[in-house]
Amino acid sequence: MTSTEVTGDVSSGVTVHDSLGQRVLFVDKSVYVATITNLYTEGFTMCIDLTAVDYLALENRLLPAGVVAQRFEIVVNLLSLVQRERVRVRVQIADGESMPSLFDIHPSTEAMEREVFDMFGVAFDGHPDLTRILMPEDWDGHPLRKDYSTGRIPVQFKGAAS
Amino acid sequence: MTTLDERAAADNPVVERSTPVVSAGAITSEGGQELRSRSEISQKALMRESGSVLRLSESAAAALADVANDVDEDQTMIINMGPQHPSTHGVLRLMLELQGETVLRCKPIIGYLHTGMEKTGETLSFMQGGTNMTRMDYLSPLNNELVFSLATEKLLGIDGDIPERAQWMRMLLSELNRMSSHLLFMATNGMDLGAVSMMLYGWREREQVLRFFQKVTGLRMNHNFIRPGGVAADLPAGWRDDVLALLDMLPERLAEYEVLMTGQPIWRERLQGVGVITQSEAIALAATGPILRSTGLAWDLRKDLPYLMYNEVEFDVVVGLHGDAYDRYAIRLYEIRESMRIVRQILDKMPSGNFRIQNKKVTPPPRGRIDESMEALIHHFKIFTEGFKVPVGEVYVSIESPRGEVGCYIVSDGSSVPYRLHVRAPSFVNVQCLPHMMRGGLVADAVAVISSIDPVLGEVDR
Repeated sequence: MTSTEVTGDVSSGVTVHDSLGQRVLFVDKSVYVATITNLYTEGFTMCIDLTAVDYLALENRLLPAGVVAQRFEIVVNLLSLVQRERVRVRVQIADGESMPSLFDIHPSTEAMEREVFDMFGVAFDGHPDLTRILMPEDWDGHPLRKDYSTGRIPVQFKGAAS
Repeated sequence: MTTLDERAAADNPVVERSTPVVSAGAITSEGGQELRSRSEISQKALMRESGSVLRLSESAAAALADVANDVDEDQTMIINMGPQHPSTHGVLRLMLELQGETVLRCKPIIGYLHTGMEKTGETLSFMQGGTNMTRMDYLSPLNNELVFSLATEKLLGIDGDIPERAQWMRMLLSELNRMSSHLLFMATNGMDLGAVSMMLYGWREREQVLRFFQKVTGLRMNHNFIRPGGVAADLPAGWRDDVLALLDMLPERLAEYEVLMTGQPIWRERLQGVGVITQSEAIALAATGPILRSTGLAWDLRKDLPYLMYNEVEFDVVVGLHGDAYDRYAIRLYEIRESMRIVRQILDKMPSGNFRIQNKKVTPPPRGRIDESMEALIHHFKIFTEGFKVPVGEVYVSIESPRGEVGCYIVSDGSSVPYRLHVRAPSFVNVQCLPHMMRGGLVADAVAVISSIDPVLGEVDR
């Protein structure tokens, strides 16, 4: 079963959607790895980008029928070099939930998943080295969360007099 | 009346200098982010750090048995390169595990230049966003502005209405920017490998290109010139002569580079066979740009997924054969020539017309109108204070920057400020190739390998 065959079938956990002419798959977390694996065999061998969005302030956003909105969304951009095509996979996850890591399929996600962990606090199961990547190791909070305000953070650096 | 000393003492409560809170070593420590000893890390992390994450057949793995994976820790040494090191292009820090002079493991540690630009992007309107984007990859600012503008235009639904002149102007600037970025690579790559005079030559030629940018945009770098809807201003009088002067000057200089670098046995010895990456590794690590092309795959977004008017110009995609540092150097050198070829065609094809879309929603009124019309003044004021509202949606747009695929993912909630702005920075992803390229290499070649990736740390850390 390929992911393209199940258009609109909510029970399978994959909903195909068109966003401004770009192919977007809304994927349930339970079939996330399976879908990415299927797409890999279909030719999407390059994981160009993996990021997240915190929809805390946009809870009533528009989603295809059957997709239950959660606070976070993991957005994976895949590229097929042969078909010259892109596909975007969006997965809804709640605060505190963890995601399976794509490292075993796409080693390129190593730094990207670490960045999402650092910036959003979403953990990835099976990641080889889930540590902060951009912020200092002992930083409090995850800066790209919507409830992490800008400009009011005391400087947190080791050895600095606080 | 208190003395200055007393006031200073009141403002700054006494810190016991004799008993520092943390030890001196801990101040620069990044704990878990650092390269740890083999006993502390998982097998997967070990594979990753030693540059062997791809699944191989037994025979292929045996052929790769250049690096022992079960070394005694007494025989190895973990050393630090950077963040303060001239050859690490900014503040890239590498931790290397060495056995003698052989690199066994490598881990890039980044984040020293992190300034929260994606967070900043959530507070700047679509009108102001270019000023933020242009500072990420500071060596190809125009490409960053371009990808942001293309993404915003797609969200606005005006991506089909951008005037032709604006599109050709964007291409002209984008290609000149590719040339200036690669010229700087020639300079830094030369310097890193000991051809110090090359540094001066590369900067000299790049400066000529930047002088043209200054004439067109007003600034040498961080232009904020390509904006949603078109470009900020029309080309100045005499621009054609300036570009022609550049095109006349460069071939001769590039020929000099060939003599100075390509022709030198020492140069070739330093680069050939160093930092080899295979095509399957490059794809698995999502490396793009010259790194992917050095492995022989002709993948260039200008050709394969064309944007702007790239399907109307003729150029070749330069590919390598061996995936080594020499191929990456040669690809960049030849890409300068291909960019010059594109620029020549742009000179012939540059149409007349508007340099930005005549859509009152996104385009401010012309300067002259503001003095005459109250409505124009209000319109100008509204666009520059409130910005323009962008419909709800999310979009990912990517272009070929000098370093590879730079992508922009924007989520809009219908206001004039992006809800989320994410940039797929090519250097951030390409730096992941370092452990693979350094696998089994000498520590002296590490500098050549870092240089051949051409990372821009402003973009890696954002």
